[in-house]
Amino acid sequence: MATATLDRPVPSALSLLRLDGVRLGYRTRDGLHVAVEDATFAVGAREKIVVIGPSGCGKSTLLRAVAGLSRPLAGTIEVDGATALRPGPDRAVVFQEFDQLLPWRTVLGNVVYPLRVNGRGRREATERAMRFLELTHLAGSADRHPHELSGGMKQRVAIARALALEPRILLMDEPFGSLDAITRQRLQAELNRIVAETGVTLLFVTHSIEEALVLGDRVVVFSPAPSHVVEVVDVRRLGGPATTEYSEMRGRLRMLLAVDREELVDANALL
Amino acid sequence: MRTLSSSHWLRKALLLALLVGVWEAYVATSHISHLLFASPWQTAHAFASGWADGSLAGPTWTTLRILLEAFGIGLGVALGFTVLSALTTLGTDLLELLTAVFNPLPGVVVLPLAMLWFGIDTSAIVFTVAFATIWPIAINLSMGFRTVSQTIVAVGRTIGLSRLRIVTDVLIPAALPHAVAGLKTAWAFGWRTMIASELVFGVAGSKGGLGNYINNARLYFLTPRIFAGLVTIALLGVMFESVFGLAERVTVVRWGMKHS
Repeated sequence: MATATLDRPVPSALSLLRLDGVRLGYRTRDGLHVAVEDATFAVGAREKIVVIGPSGCGKSTLLRAVAGLSRPLAGTIEVDGATALRPGPDRAVVFQEFDQLLPWRTVLGNVVYPLRVNGRGRREATERAMRFLELTHLAGSADRHPHELSGGMKQRVAIARALALEPRILLMDEPFGSLDAITRQRLQAELNRIVAETGVTLLFVTHSIEEALVLGDRVVVFSPAPSHVVEVVDVRRLGGPATTEYSEMRGRLRMLLAVDREELVDANALL
Repeated sequence: MRTLSSSHWLRKALLLALLVGVWEAYVATSHISHLLFASPWQTAHAFASGWADGSLAGPTWTTLRILLEAFGIGLGVALGFTVLSALTTLGTDLLELLTAVFNPLPGVVVLPLAMLWFGIDTSAIVFTVAFATIWPIAINLSMGFRTVSQTIVAVGRTIGLSRLRIVTDVLIPAALPHAVAGLKTAWAFGWRTMIASELVFGVAGSKGGLGNYINNARLYFLTPRIFAGLVTIALLGVMFESVFGLAERVTVVRWGMKHS
């Protein structure tokens, strides 16, 4: 059912990331809890894909599986045709939590360290890190420690750290979810600029429709758990938030998110 | 701590001078026997001459050497327990059980057993002090490892760290605040146990520590020396506290992992 709703199936050779029948869950005291029943979609190179779904639908679990942090119960996750099961710098992750930076390293140290781990020389790593800190407007804070930064700055360091690794895919798990509305909007705009400048492929998880519309080329909508892909929606050529297309699309996503739930009626009323 | 002003230190110095003054006044006016209570002046004299002729330096050195040796052994054993508890569930249970039983024990209670096993020898003291240091270190280290943020471990994995480097580069520094707290407590326990052990049974051979020094002074009614020994112990205690405090300030406090 999920595959049938893919509006633009991308041939395997052209897609960077392919998920096929991916089933995800974890063991609890009461047995197996399936969060994702069937995730099937593909991400092309340089595409910006936003995964959206109600809380608990397993979208973070899905991102962790793509990162290689957990294994699917069934199905395959392919990056560049290879089944990606081990974590690696080709799929750098930005998490939601502010504690994702190493507190004992400076801002610069946090960006340099993963580069050094991956075999770059000290000078090259430092130059590279500084370039990405400039890109994220953090060059002036290079020598500060994470606890001296605001939440928004910490997330920007995490983005710089991930991008400096030159990943094939940048994975982001609600990175702006804990920020205030103004900072969130500013970082969304900044992320759009940075992604455009670096040409990185983006897989972004959120539960906010507005965020999906601001950031995504296509939006993959998940149903509540045990979830499947409800629809993949192209949101590329929408106008600004004031346009009719935008509000129509927002209404459509709202309705898709309400599928399988009683809220469907309310969502229809909204349209 | 860093921001404390000079006026703060001045206040403390004045307070200390005042206390010494009260002490001096008490000795001068109460006509208490000098065999029972030494004046600040006598104490200072005994302290200075003790350090000058080596009769105080020797015991201090012995105490520190035994303490360091015991601390090293305690640290090693604690690390062993921590690794074991990090790797296996049985190890976790074992450590929990052992710390629940042994940590509340005052360290010096194993001294009689240690004397039975090792004889009247410094090894008995080393054993007793090591025993006192193991549990606070083990408890704090394993707590430190258990409370490391899962997010930074996940970050470590996604940037391509090996299992070993996750331990050395992520888990150990992340557990540092707990580790330092454990070392601090262990050092304090060890220090107390060390002096108490020596006071209880003196020492074998010619080389005694500070506890033994005080005990001997008591035997010969050299009361100023008892006071000089106490002052030495207090000064060393203050010194260790500041060393640990400094170590914390340049690491975990600077990194915002612990507030001063």
